This record gives sequence, structure tokens and C-alpha cells, in this order.
Amino acid sequence: MSKKVYPNAKAALDGLLRDGMMIMAGGFGLCAIPENLILALRDSGVKNLTVVSNNCGVDDFGLGILLQTRQIKKMISSYVGENATFAKQFLDGELELEFNPQGTLAERCRAGGAGIPAFFTKTGVGTVVADGKETREFDGEAYIMETALVADLSIVKAWKGDKNGNLVYRRTARNFNPPMATAGKVTVAEVEELVEVGQLDPNHIHTPGIYVSRIIQGARYEKRIERRTVRK
Amino acid sequence: MPWTLEQMCRRAAAELKDGYYVNLGIGMPTEVANYIPEGVNVTLQSENGMLGMGPFPSENEVDPDLINAGKQTISELPESVYFDSAESFAMIRGGHIDMSILGALQVAGNGDLANWMIPGKMVKGMGGAMDLVAGVKRVVVLMEHNAKDGSAKLVKSCSLPLTGRGVVDLVITDLGVFEIGGKSLKLIEKAPDISIEEIKKRTEAPFVH
Repeated sequence: MSKKVYPNAKAALDGLLRDGMMIMAGGFGLCAIPENLILALRDSGVKNLTVVSNNCGVDDFGLGILLQTRQIKKMISSYVGENATFAKQFLDGELELEFNPQGTLAERCRAGGAGIPAFFTKTGVGTVVADGKETREFDGEAYIMETALVADLSIVKAWKGDKNGNLVYRRTARNFNPPMATAGKVTVAEVEELVEVGQLDPNHIHTPGIYVSRIIQGARYEKRIERRTVRK
Repeated sequence: MPWTLEQMCRRAAAELKDGYYVNLGIGMPTEVANYIPEGVNVTLQSENGMLGMGPFPSENEVDPDLINAGKQTISELPESVYFDSAESFAMIRGGHIDMSILGALQVAGNGDLANWMIPGKMVKGMGGAMDLVAGVKRVVVLMEHNAKDGSAKLVKSCSLPLTGRGVVDLVITDLGVFEIGGKSLKLIEKAPDISIEEIKKRTEAPFVH
């Protein structure tokens, strides 16, 4: 029953990595990023990656780490404003960038996991996002066609998981993790707390384990806060 | 006297109706939450996956798992609900959010909005702005009437890359409130002691009043 459980992040990625692959990484800003798996990607040395992630970390944390080591060739993101390394590599022409509206990005992942190759959305109609895309009218309104995304590998982070790969997220640390978990040909999950099968309430599972091929308990979590704001 | 930032936020807050589900953009629009009138209950949506967003937390409530779309730490309310990004934008795109209040670089008289990109400067991305203006029932722009260099932000036609076409319903600036209906811009309120002539001088788009 626990063939999905691996001892650490390095072991969980073993045999899955090759240069030029597409990887989806869950998280929003620095919230709920797969910290341990990103470090293992760095240590693996895999390169020329296309990374699908809403953001690209900060200079020294999250996906920013993989920019510093120049392992990323292309990012598909909605917002990358927090990262000076990113700006430099992009302006120097070393890094490719495809901006997707955030909801379109999420839906491309959801569709990829759900076996829907493309969908029509009104997001981006009449903007640069629509350039080169098929447009159709439905009930008199214009929509553009967006294609689904399926990654070679998805890495996601959850709060709790069981040994069958069932996942539960906490608060806004859910974000892109569930749709991305469904859209990887292989999905590796890391969790703060790995429990026995049966210990999670089956009514409260967010990501059913069918989507998760491998799971680890993360060795450590920094859970860095990007903008600490408090009430006076 | 032009309206102060606080007065602008109060004016924007007056657009909120009891029972509304509302998404507030990053920056000045976020401040509108502090001026919601007494007796008006609105539920704030944060597009990273929350309905019922609470205020900034106290020191001991700060939680890295609880942030808003601007990546600021926030707090939970008894009515809070969490969901993933695909669900979040399904409710946005699907027309379930009553109002969005956003900032802008330019708004055209026909409701075109530009608020995500200045060519030649580092592009940060549109985030959720294009989805919000495409899907939310009513889009209110809250912005300074003129840019820092004095140029008009209410223009005949946006020169900056668009966020959405014909999407803005109401514009609140420090000089007045403009309604966009069909293809025309209408000044419906102005700040005290500001003349129509001055507003015209500082506005590129033609408007009626």
C-alpha cells in the first residue's frame, strides 16, 4: 500500500528528470511552494527546464534558486515581479517568458488534468493575450481558445498527506497545487505531515491520491513570508 | 479641492452594496476595505483562493499559509472559505463576483482599460487582472486623475497594452466620478470647488456632464 512513499526529495525525483522537460510547480508567491523538491531539482543539475508556475520565487528562495543556477529556459507564469534575477536574465535574452492571465493559467492546468485539450474563455479578448489564438463567438460574445497544459512532472506541496497520496491543504496554501497535481504525467507531492492511510477524514481530502505518484514528508520547511503585514 | 486618498476610498466604498461579493485590487483599492459603510456587509474575495478575507493579522496570528493576492499576511473570519486557483477563477470568470475595484494606468472613454504593462519597462505580468475585468459584473477603477508627469489617464484611446476592452463601468479619481455607459463618458460627481473647465483641461477623453 505504501509504494508511493519515498524517503526524501532526491529519491522521490529519481528516474523522473531529463533536460528540456516541462515541470509544473505549485504555490502562490512563496506560499505553499514545494520547497524540498525545488532544492532537489537544483541538486540534480537538470537543465533547460520549462517551468509552469504562477510566480518565480524571489532571488534566493523558491524557483528563484533554479534561476540562479540557470536551470530554467522558459517560464509560463502570470506574475513575476518579485525577482531581480528573473528581470536580468529576461532582459539579457537568456530566459523565455510566456505570460498567461492567472485564471487562464489555472484553467489550462485543470483542463490538462481533466482530459480537455482546449477551452474558450473571454479573458484576454482584445488584448495581446489573444494574438495568434482562435476566436469564436458564443451567444454574440467573443471568446479565445486556450490550450490545456500537461507537464512531464508536477511538484506540489500540501499540509498533510497519507501514504496513498491523498492530500489536504491548509488555508490559502492550496492555490495552484490541486490543479497542478492533476496535470502532471507524474506528480510528486511533499507534505508537512505524512500519516497512515485512514488517518485523514475521507470527506475532507482535497486531492485524491490517484493523482499522486510519489509522496515525501519534507525534511524541513522555512515557509518564508513575502510581505509580513500586521494590524496596529 | 481635489479629493484626498481617503475621500476617494470612501467614495469607492459607497459603491458597495449589502451582500456583495467583491474583489479589491492591489494598492489603493485594498484600502477601500477600511471604509465600508456601517450596515453594509460585503464578502471580500482574494483570487489566490479565499472568500471572507479578514484584516491584517495581529502579531501572534501571522501565518505563512494565509496571504492575500498581494502576498500580504491576512487573517481569517468565521465565514472564511478556501479553495484552489482554478475554482477561484471559475467564480471570477463565471460572473459570480459582484464588483471589482482596480487601479489603472489608462482608461478610455469607451471603457477600455490598461493597467498591467508599460512597454520598455520590466514587465511583471497581468496576474489576475484580465480575468477579473472579463468576468466580474461591475468594474470600478480607482485612480489619480493624472499620471505623475501630469499626463491624462482618462484618454480617448489607450496607448498602453490593454487589460480588457470595454470593461470599465465607473471611474473614481481625485477630481470626480465618471460613469461609462455604451460608448460615452459622463461626469456624475465632482470634487468640491473643482471647475468643469479644470477637469476638461486634465482629461483627454471627451465627456458629458
